[in-house]
Amino acid sequence: MRGAKSAKWVTGAIIVALAATACGGGKSGDSGSDAKAVDPNGIFSIELGEPEKPLLTGDTMESNGSAVMAGLFSTLVDYKADGSLTMVNAESVTTTDSKTWTVKLKPGWTFHDGTPVTSKSYVDAWNWNASLKNAQGLASWFADIKGYDKVHPDAEGAKQTADKLEGLKVVDENTFTIELTKSVPYFGHKLAYIVFAPLPDSFYKLDAKTRGQAPVGNGPYKFKSWDHKKKIEITRYDGYKGPNKAKNGGVVFKNYTTLEAAYEDLKSGNVDVLRQIAPKDLPVYRQDLGDRAVDQAYSAIQTIAVAFYADQWKKPKQVDPRVIQGLSMAIDRATITKTVLNGTREPATGWVAKGVLGFQEDGGNGVTKYDPAKAKELIKAGGGVPGNKISIQYNADGGHKEWVDAVCNSIQQATSVQCVGDGKPDFQADLTARKTKQVKSLYRSGWVLDYPVNANFISDLFRTGAGGNQGDFSNKELDAKIAKADSAKTLDESVKAYQAIEKDLKNYMPSIPLWYYKVNAGFSEKVSGVAYGQDGDPILTGVEVKK
Amino acid sequence: MGRYVARRLLQMIPVFLGTTLLIFAMVHALPGDPVLAMFGDKGADPATLAAKRHELGLDKPTWQQYFFYMRDMILHLDFGSQIRNGRPVTEVLGDAFPITLQLGVLAFAIELVFGIGLGIVGGLRAGRLADNLILIFTLLIISIPVFVLGYIIKMVFAFNLGWIEPNVATEPEWSQLIAPAVVLGGLSLAYVARLTRTSMAENLRADYMRTAVAKGLPRRRVIGVHLMRNSMIPVVTFLGTDIGAIMGGAVVTEFIFNIHGIGGVIAESISRREGSTLVGLVTILVIVYLVTSLLIDLLYAVLDPRIRYA
Repeated sequence: MRGAKSAKWVTGAIIVALAATACGGGKSGDSGSDAKAVDPNGIFSIELGEPEKPLLTGDTMESNGSAVMAGLFSTLVDYKADGSLTMVNAESVTTTDSKTWTVKLKPGWTFHDGTPVTSKSYVDAWNWNASLKNAQGLASWFADIKGYDKVHPDAEGAKQTADKLEGLKVVDENTFTIELTKSVPYFGHKLAYIVFAPLPDSFYKLDAKTRGQAPVGNGPYKFKSWDHKKKIEITRYDGYKGPNKAKNGGVVFKNYTTLEAAYEDLKSGNVDVLRQIAPKDLPVYRQDLGDRAVDQAYSAIQTIAVAFYADQWKKPKQVDPRVIQGLSMAIDRATITKTVLNGTREPATGWVAKGVLGFQEDGGNGVTKYDPAKAKELIKAGGGVPGNKISIQYNADGGHKEWVDAVCNSIQQATSVQCVGDGKPDFQADLTARKTKQVKSLYRSGWVLDYPVNANFISDLFRTGAGGNQGDFSNKELDAKIAKADSAKTLDESVKAYQAIEKDLKNYMPSIPLWYYKVNAGFSEKVSGVAYGQDGDPILTGVEVKK
Repeated sequence: MGRYVARRLLQMIPVFLGTTLLIFAMVHALPGDPVLAMFGDKGADPATLAAKRHELGLDKPTWQQYFFYMRDMILHLDFGSQIRNGRPVTEVLGDAFPITLQLGVLAFAIELVFGIGLGIVGGLRAGRLADNLILIFTLLIISIPVFVLGYIIKMVFAFNLGWIEPNVATEPEWSQLIAPAVVLGGLSLAYVARLTRTSMAENLRADYMRTAVAKGLPRRRVIGVHLMRNSMIPVVTFLGTDIGAIMGGAVVTEFIFNIHGIGGVIAESISRREGSTLVGLVTILVIVYLVTSLLIDLLYAVLDPRIRYA
């Protein structure tokens, strides 16, 4: 899936791009238990960077904007911590063949401007977001729907020949159908993403400048104000009909230039909820905050991807997967996550992150185990690393240097393959090198769930030509297996098929899994019930403010 | 005098064009594509990228972009819009400038009052204990990097003593700006003090001082008018260029104290390849520099009537 949220932590000037940071929504579970009385109208504050772009459902990809949008909009469905679906604005989402889907809405919902939410609100919004002329970054999410190639041709210079997606049909006020070009068993899970939110009629009357400055949504909160680079305020929408009504009066998103500053303010009581602790404070934050410290896994993974187009891996012959297996087994993940990364990551055992439907223990089939002897053996058996030298490209502005050096050391010590970090000055330069296929050897990569199904971590990354497949990995055998898993009748079967594929990925080694991300955050004494979703963002509606 | 001012104003035009062109070219020469980066790790299809580029006018050659940009800026005072969020650059700058200006004024005031104050004390007591103390103190400030000084002040006064708030709130008050202003003005303060001290110590031995004392003028007048006026020329020169430096050099200080001013915008614009924002910013900074240096040059004549402008 192309074009999901990216570049997390763009706090003020400093871009700390963690990885591809997609947002799925994911609101589940809250643990509101505290003796002090709760003020149902209490307002709390959250640390946030300035959203990079206007707040549009079709263009909000990075985490700062997503955090706000998650409060303003409700989508048809949402998912629980185990990856299973719950209905939000939808009464039901049904299909018999995974190709034609019928959506029934809960009646009586209204937008914050008072107009009703109907099936047309959805269909119009999707058409608008998918249309090439609106150039929305998340448009490709509609690629499954019939007629997408007419509304949004991909090739450069192409003109769109239709304004509306052929596959979307309004049946009545509260029902519409979606026809896909082929069966997609996990399409229902995708609907939780913000790009599938409805838009009120008033949206289309706005001009490009005001659009996205004061969004009118259908979610638990309504927009109040956006004082650029200072704060964004949203307040509870009392007409909200959904299951996740806000337990507080509203949220103030405060802008900080650095995470360090935010942490200092948390300690002095000027901000209530943090989304992340700065590396400097990680060693002490558990002591400082006690049971208000958060340390929780979320569905994201860091990997080292292989630039298969590079001469090193291609000439004179395609690299043997055993060589990459060997490199993988030469990395001491346990020690690096504990020391260099301060326990903020958890060693990965496979390619699919935790909290995703179909996650399995040891999905990597042992390929992530640290075993220097075996590593050496595998590399030798595979014909050795060409030139006996590798480099790992990373962006130097993202705090990646330390672990890249550690990984290199680990590989060098275990296998005597020379390894150096290839630092690009910033995320922009790193991205451009990847896009223009200039990566010389390996590069740092990552993935945060778009939707909580294991297909998202396999098909969207390793299929030939997939959006997330930037290393030009291509294998016909694997493509066939993915196509088969995608054409499964039910979601269950598809998930199982993908589980089998994951176990098998060891034989292709499209990338080297490193570790799963964790939320390391904290909150103040003023609030309780702070929980974090699979995308790593705090769940706004569950927070309770003490009197 | 009038002709001199007119000539100086005319000279500003090539300087202005040159600097903006340089900045524009430099931003474009940096590796990394702002449109590509809008879509992050996961990217977008070529059609969307092309549509975005066209919408932003980034598909035109660089010289055309520069030409249109300068035309809009000069004719309509339109600095263009930011690439990512489409906010007009004037609005972005309008948000960021007041706070930096506030900080700059405060820092400048601290620099002026304490710098000249310490300099006078040191200059009049050259070679004695007070002078030596001041020299050691200023040496200390000059040798500590700005960010270290910032963190030390924060650590001591905010965390250990609890006298000040560690960070500047989103709606800043003057009192919160004192600590960052001290950090920002600190380095220049040391230079001002040393310049004033040396200049005064030297002039104390000048002929006109001897004459003034011999004429029996009161000490206050000898020092206040005769000595100060002549000793201030190098100090004023330094102060003038320093105004610009304070405006542009607040990057580190603003970062440490969570101030959403020019510093942050500069850093952000560079990392996001926001050419138009940067040029807008630099243009304003250049104007500040040019105007202050002109004012300083004119001030010379007031301080020293021997300096004349044709």
